[in-house]
Amino acid sequence: MDTSDSIGTVSAQRAQFDTPLVFRSGAVLPRYELVYETYGTLNSDKSNAILVCHALSGNHHVAGYYADDPKSAGWWDNMIGPGKPIDTNRFFVIGLNNLGGCHGSTGPSSINPATGKPYGSTFTVVTVEDWVESQARLADIFGIEKFAAVVGGSLGGMQAMQWSLSYPDRVGHVLVIAAAPHLTAENIAFNDVARNAILTDPDYFGGNFYERGVVPKRGLRLARMLGHITYLSDDAMANKFGRSLRSGKLGYSYDIEFEIESYLRYQGDKFAGYFDANTYLLMTKALDYFDPAREFDGNLDKAFAAARADFLVVSFTTDWRFSPERSREIVSALLHNRRNVSYAEIASTHGHDSFLMQDEHYHDVVRAYLDRIAGEFSV
Amino acid sequence: MSAHDPIELAAARPDFAAIAEWIPEGASVLDLGCGDGGLLRYLKETRSVRGYGVEISGANIVACIRNGVNVIQGDLESGLSGFESNAFDYVLLSQTLQATRHTEALVREMLRVGREGVVSFPNFGHWKARMNVIRGHMPVSRELPYQWYDTPNVHLCTLRDFEKFCADLHVRILDRRVMTRQREVRLLPNLLGSMAVYRFRRGQ
Repeated sequence: MDTSDSIGTVSAQRAQFDTPLVFRSGAVLPRYELVYETYGTLNSDKSNAILVCHALSGNHHVAGYYADDPKSAGWWDNMIGPGKPIDTNRFFVIGLNNLGGCHGSTGPSSINPATGKPYGSTFTVVTVEDWVESQARLADIFGIEKFAAVVGGSLGGMQAMQWSLSYPDRVGHVLVIAAAPHLTAENIAFNDVARNAILTDPDYFGGNFYERGVVPKRGLRLARMLGHITYLSDDAMANKFGRSLRSGKLGYSYDIEFEIESYLRYQGDKFAGYFDANTYLLMTKALDYFDPAREFDGNLDKAFAAARADFLVVSFTTDWRFSPERSREIVSALLHNRRNVSYAEIASTHGHDSFLMQDEHYHDVVRAYLDRIAGEFSV
Repeated sequence: MSAHDPIELAAARPDFAAIAEWIPEGASVLDLGCGDGGLLRYLKETRSVRGYGVEISGANIVACIRNGVNVIQGDLESGLSGFESNAFDYVLLSQTLQATRHTEALVREMLRVGREGVVSFPNFGHWKARMNVIRGHMPVSRELPYQWYDTPNVHLCTLRDFEKFCADLHVRILDRRVMTRQREVRLLPNLLGSMAVYRFRRGQ
């Protein structure tokens, strides 16, 4: 791995919160932990902080790598680091694992101190608004009154948008990448099939599989395989796999024959090996529920009336899960509210996954916008 | 001096200064086909306008962001549906009219989203262009730098053509500036002017 422009070795930190968090669902979590990483240096007036929000399967390990594993590059290492579009020489970047996650922050697989057992099915359904609330408390720990920017792709983009609505005065710029103002029925349908794969797995045990020493791997694997198909584009799959057969000839069996089958099963197995089924369910639900226009009779213009931030909205031409049309809805609502907004529609072949890819033009857009933000504060 | 110094910019693009003269302080402006955002930046610095650009080229999107102006990537030819009616004081179309396919629909859209429209375009009736045609060639000049086979200009017109077009569309012309290089042309403008800027609004 080329680590020359990487932030280098990083390590996760942990914050304990003892003020109860009241969720949208009505549930209350008396105390919880958030695991996070930071890169770069917070300046003296704490004006150079950027919060990076993760998507469905992401976590706090956004950039750099761990000392004991040089292959453990963070999920957005191509975007964040010294001299990279989000330049850690200028910005102080925070990545965290969201509440309900399975990478160290309190979630369904954590031990509930009240019972001594994993929360499992008793862990509440978490919303994007709840996450923003918990992220604001993390910002408080650093004394960050206002983020220079909140950045996110996909579900992370939804959190970035929500920041501008929940805490309009605590965020200067919002970067909404490959996101949508709410999921379509088709999108919810995909999520429901994924959830059903998990919920009907005999090893799911109503969410309390931990104490039985099993994992609903079959369900998780199917959920991930389905999700993965929707993150790619027809073109990307055709280019990468086409109709290639692993053995070069038809086997007249139901074994793995096509390369795409092999790839999806590998991805499914890998994911089922480390991700928590309850977290997957909870993340998809957060996606389905996000809809800031809901309180305003479906009027997104009215929902964004609260926003004070400047926006950069980015979409990708082959992203059909969060298509450019959906990003343009966000842009329209911002225009109607006279917000400062720029919108870039990036030509890319990688579908929804494009937001994670190394792409020169995409990175130029983000770099140009971040340079503008950097001009607003003194390092 | 920086490449974006207002004085230098005005010298490089004489239509910038002409347009700026018509735009009052603090106006809201939509610049269609805004290129690298130079005009919007110029208007921001000289007139404190609030505004947005619309631009199709990815490289220009980056340039606009670097110029500190709002830019929306999109194709003018597919309309301005993302913009509300009467959202802007001025809708600008600088040196772009002649390269649009659905010119009539676009001018109508300009006057739907804006109170007034401003366009600048090269005058195909300029004597040099006429001389080119008389000599048997398509015009190639400072204002029309393309060969017939590589030009993006599909709807070139003369001043008289544009004025008739406005009359047919019930568009009321409020003001006109005709120029050659940086000098204003008052005598025989359709013959002696190489570039024109018009300001107009919906007719009664």
